[in-house]
Amino acid sequence: MTDSLLKVDNLVRHFDVSPPWLNRVIERRPKSVVKAVDGVGFEIGRGETFSLVGESGCGKSTVARLVVGLYNPTAGSLEFDGMDISSGAARSRNRSAQRRMQMIFQDPYASLNPRWRVMDIVAEPIRFNRLVKGDAAIRQRVGELLEQVGLSAADGEKYPHEFSGGQRQRISIARALAGSPEFLVCDEPTSALDVSVQAQILNLMKKLQRELGLTYLFISHDLAVVYHVSTKVGVMYLGRLVEWGETEVIFAAPRHPYTRMLLDAIPDLDMSGRARTPVAGEVPSPIDPPSGCAFHPRCPLATDRCKREAPKPVSVGAAMVACHAVEEDRLPEWHG
Amino acid sequence: MGPVERIQDNFARFLDSDIWHSFRTSPVTVVATVLAVVMIVAAVIAPLITPQDPFDPASLDLLDAFTAPVWTEDGLWRFPLGTDDQGRDLYSAILYGSRISIGVGFASVILSIIIGVTLGLIAGYVGGTTDAVIMRIADVQISFPALLVALLLNGVLRSVLPGSSHETLALVVIIFSIGMSIWPQFARTVRGSTMVEKSKEYVQAARVIGLSSRAIMFRHVLPNVMGPVLVIGTINLAIAVLLEATLSFLGVGVPPTEPSLGTLIRIGQDFLFSGEWWIVIFPGVFLALLVLSVNLLGDWLRDALNPKLR
Repeated sequence: MTDSLLKVDNLVRHFDVSPPWLNRVIERRPKSVVKAVDGVGFEIGRGETFSLVGESGCGKSTVARLVVGLYNPTAGSLEFDGMDISSGAARSRNRSAQRRMQMIFQDPYASLNPRWRVMDIVAEPIRFNRLVKGDAAIRQRVGELLEQVGLSAADGEKYPHEFSGGQRQRISIARALAGSPEFLVCDEPTSALDVSVQAQILNLMKKLQRELGLTYLFISHDLAVVYHVSTKVGVMYLGRLVEWGETEVIFAAPRHPYTRMLLDAIPDLDMSGRARTPVAGEVPSPIDPPSGCAFHPRCPLATDRCKREAPKPVSVGAAMVACHAVEEDRLPEWHG
Repeated sequence: MGPVERIQDNFARFLDSDIWHSFRTSPVTVVATVLAVVMIVAAVIAPLITPQDPFDPASLDLLDAFTAPVWTEDGLWRFPLGTDDQGRDLYSAILYGSRISIGVGFASVILSIIIGVTLGLIAGYVGGTTDAVIMRIADVQISFPALLVALLLNGVLRSVLPGSSHETLALVVIIFSIGMSIWPQFARTVRGSTMVEKSKEYVQAARVIGLSSRAIMFRHVLPNVMGPVLVIGTINLAIAVLLEATLSFLGVGVPPTEPSLGTLIRIGQDFLFSGEWWIVIFPGVFLALLVLSVNLLGDWLRDALNPKLR
């Protein structure tokens, strides 16, 4: 096993969505809590790309925001290269950890300040961390960064609205790289882009990973994209990881019924004409999740035990799976 | 790019922008702007273009009092718009008075922008209890008419300050009173836009970089919420000028030896029924035109900056 850069253990994040105090008192409504992330644990090795996949609302973006410190965890621990970053206080003790990670956001139209020139946007992490001193040197460094992501150094004088979505995402990447990070958290970096541009951005990210030895936490709902970029995959459902392991293993021999359902839904020329299991049902509300295994209302293999008891992750082959059917060995063959 | 080219570049952008186009194609706005600019410039350079300093008692002659405007049979060329009860040339008095009116207007709007924008930014960005406290104070204040708040503050300040300083501090007191009575509007607007901007990803990106809340508020969020502030600021400039005129009319504003437009109107209304109509009419018309043109400018700005109306 490669040495791990990020260790996430039993991460929990709850959001209070209770009605205001007066409504609770007068209408006798209870407090309510969204369990956005409810006990997620994984490790990312140096130089790896770990992808989190799942439907909307499964908590994958929340995990990304917890890792970079936009939210603080309700419980659980986060460790970056041996440094504790589980709480705001721990994070401010270990400032160097924060400096070594950056984030790329989903919406390239909202992630760049519209009033700033690209030059200043990209230079911000450099100025903040005092990586390069002197205006001319900063200017030159920004030019290099812009060229590294496939733009020209002269683009620094322009404003974000003069660029297309794909170019803006390149600027976002340049800004993230400006802080000389080792670890990039990418929250659906391509889902707002055209398919052709998606491929360019993904290839750029892979190239940068090779050149700079970056480690990625990649959040996506697009399995094709995930297969293309990642070394490891974690499948999330309703705030929990249901199956995780090497990409090849998960895609070749998925075990969890939810993973199988997702993989079955990928459009594929070879598969055309064959009957496929449709993705049935909707993700239940995380305010009031189903008892036992959260997936049981949608699972073709659900039994009474699944309704009562939440499954513990077990190691099967090279992957970890949390499913009673896998444990009890009553899983049908995967058509692969 | 050097600083000069940067300015040229920004100017070229401005000439190319929708705002400049919308300005050029709106004759009302052009006329209002020209009028407002002429009045403001005239006020600034008043000593150069007036025959008399109406604030200097030595230059006044009571024998000149109640001279009618030049086009009537009693008119004198020395006093184109006539004189008031003290022999002040009305043309000079209006320009000098508008200096005070416009100065007080600008100063109090700037004061209220500083207070309102800062509090609104903090309320919107920090949220929670801080937000609740700031906005409840603003709500309470907004439920009283601005004039009442200004009167109250004026009265309190006058009784707190020593009597000898009233004359010298009169302007400061009135600027403070007006500024403090209109800040909630800015706070509300800025709070709303701040909450929108705060949830955008560029703010989150700045947080990931590690910037402090203060740096994010003032460097990232502030430039993005100033658009509406500009609009309300323009409209409030007119309101502040009117408030100052009202306070002066009620006799609690600037000292009578240095009359503002409101003071001139108050003086004039005593003589309205004895036939000296010009003392009240000319300052009144000037004030009305000033407020109207600034208001039209504000209305146009509001529409021009509103993407939904383009």
